[in-house]
Amino acid sequence: MDNIIQITGLNAHYGDVQVLEDINLHIKRGEIMVIMGGSGSGKSTLLRHMLGLNHPSSGQIKILGEDISTISAMQLNKLRQKMGVAFQGGALFGSMTVEENIAFPLRELTRLDNETVKIMTRMKLEIVNLAGFGELMPSQLSGGMLKRAAVARAIIMDPQVLFFDEPSAGLDPVVSAELDDLIISLKKALNITIVVVTHELESAFKIADRITVLDHGEILISGSVDEVRQSDNERIQELLNRTPREQLINAEEYLHRLTR
Amino acid sequence: MNIKSIAEYVGKKTVPSIIEAGYVFLLFFESVYWIFSGKLKQQPVHARLFFSEAVTVGIRAIPIVSILCFSVGVMLAIQGIETLKIFGAESKVIFGISFSMTREFSPLIIGILIAGRSGSAITAKIGTMMETQEIDALRVIGINPVRYLVSPVLLAMFIMLPSLTLLGDIMGIAGGGLYSTITLDMSIENYITRTLEVLTLNDISQGLIKSMIFAILITIISASNGFQVKGGAEGVGVSTTRSVVYSISSIIMADMIFTYFINR
Repeated sequence: MDNIIQITGLNAHYGDVQVLEDINLHIKRGEIMVIMGGSGSGKSTLLRHMLGLNHPSSGQIKILGEDISTISAMQLNKLRQKMGVAFQGGALFGSMTVEENIAFPLRELTRLDNETVKIMTRMKLEIVNLAGFGELMPSQLSGGMLKRAAVARAIIMDPQVLFFDEPSAGLDPVVSAELDDLIISLKKALNITIVVVTHELESAFKIADRITVLDHGEILISGSVDEVRQSDNERIQELLNRTPREQLINAEEYLHRLTR
Repeated sequence: MNIKSIAEYVGKKTVPSIIEAGYVFLLFFESVYWIFSGKLKQQPVHARLFFSEAVTVGIRAIPIVSILCFSVGVMLAIQGIETLKIFGAESKVIFGISFSMTREFSPLIIGILIAGRSGSAITAKIGTMMETQEIDALRVIGINPVRYLVSPVLLAMFIMLPSLTLLGDIMGIAGGGLYSTITLDMSIENYITRTLEVLTLNDISQGLIKSMIFAILITIISASNGFQVKGGAEGVGVSTTRSVVYSISSIIMADMIFTYFINR
C-alpha cells in the first residue's frame, strides 16, 4: 500500500520554542489516521505543516509524492486541489451563503458551467445531510451544521486526502457521534484518506484505523487502535485514563521564579 | 539605565517597525504583481470583485464626499474673503478657492474620509477572516489571499479616489462659488469663467496624483494591519483603530513631502 503522506525528520519552532521534534510519520492510502494529543502537544502545528500553512525548520513533508516545502507556489496550489480541509470552526466565508461557500472552489478553480456547479454542490449537500439549507448564511447554522457544511466544501473538488481539525470540538455528544459516522461513511463512500486531529479519546477510537499520539512535540506511538490501547508507555496510559500530569516542583527553580 | 539597556530598548522597539515596514512594501508589490500577472498564474483578479469594491469604496461615498467638499468650499470662501478684505482684494478669493481645493483640500479631505470609511472596513474584514481561519481556508483551497482580497481593493481605490477627488474639486468650487457670488455680488458666469482662467491642468493633476498615492497608502496599511490581527475580537478592534490612525498620519505626511517637492 502506498503512502499518501510521508513526513521525515520534521522539526518546527515558534520563535525559540521547539514545538515539533523529529517527527517521522507515514499515512497510507485509504486509511483514517487520528493524530491525538493534549493541548500544547503540537498536533495543530503538525496539521498546519501538513497543509503547507507553516514552514518547517527542517525535515521533509511529502504529500502525494511531492515535497510541499520545496515545490513552487503554483504546484502547491495544484496539489491543494487534491486536498480538502474541514477547519475547527468551519471557516466558512461569512459573506456567502452555504451553497456559495461549497461551490466556491469549483467557481474559482474550474471552468464548469453554472448548472454543473449547482448540481455538484447539491450532491455534496446531500452527502453531509444538509439538503435544503444551501440558501442560509453560515451565521444561521448550528455548530454541527457548520462543520458538516465545511466538510461539503472540503470534498467539493473530490480530494484524495481529507483533513479534519478537532471535528468534535464544541459539539454535544450526539452531534459529535453523528459527525464521526459521517467521517467513517465518507471513507467508505469516497475511498479517500482521512487525517483527523483531535483530543477526544472516544471519537478517536471509534473512527481510527491507526492512531498517532503526540506529546510535547514528539510522537509517543503510531500504531493500530489496539497497539495504542495496550501500550505500556506511562504518558499514553495517562492520556487514555485521563490522569492529571504530576507537576514535579524543583525548589530552586521555584524560588528563582518568585524572586527574579 | 545604562547605555547597554538603552541600546537594547531602542533595538527592541526598532526591529519590529523595520519588519513591519518591509511587510507593507512586500504586500504592495505582491498586490500589484497579481493585478498584472494573475492571469498567467491562473489566479486572475476578478473584474466582479473589482466592480463590487469600486461601488463600496467609490460610488457609495459620492453623497458624503459631495457634502463635505461643498462645505469646505463655502468655508474657504468665507475665510478667504475675510482675509482678503484687509487688502481690499476680495475678488481674488477665486484664486484661493480653486488652488486650495484642487491641489490640497479635495484629495486630503477625501483621503481622510476614505481612510476612516473604507480603510477601517478592509482591516476589520481581513482581521475577522484571520481570526475565523477563513484566510487559512482560502490558502488551502489554493487561492492566494492577497490576490483575492487585496488586489481588487487596491485597483478599486486607485481608480475611485482620483474620480472622487475630481468630484470633490467640482463640489468645492461650487460651494465657494455659491458664497462668493452672493457676498461679492458677482454673476455665476463670471465666477465660472474666472475660475477656468485661473485653474491650470497642473493644479488638477497635482491633486489627482496625490489621491493615487493616498489610495495605495490606505489600502496597503489597512490590509497589512488586517493580516497582523492577533487576539480575537479585541485584536480586530485594536488593529482597526491602528490602521485608521496610521493611514491618516501617512496621508498627511506624504502630502507634505509631495507638496514640498512639487512646488520647489
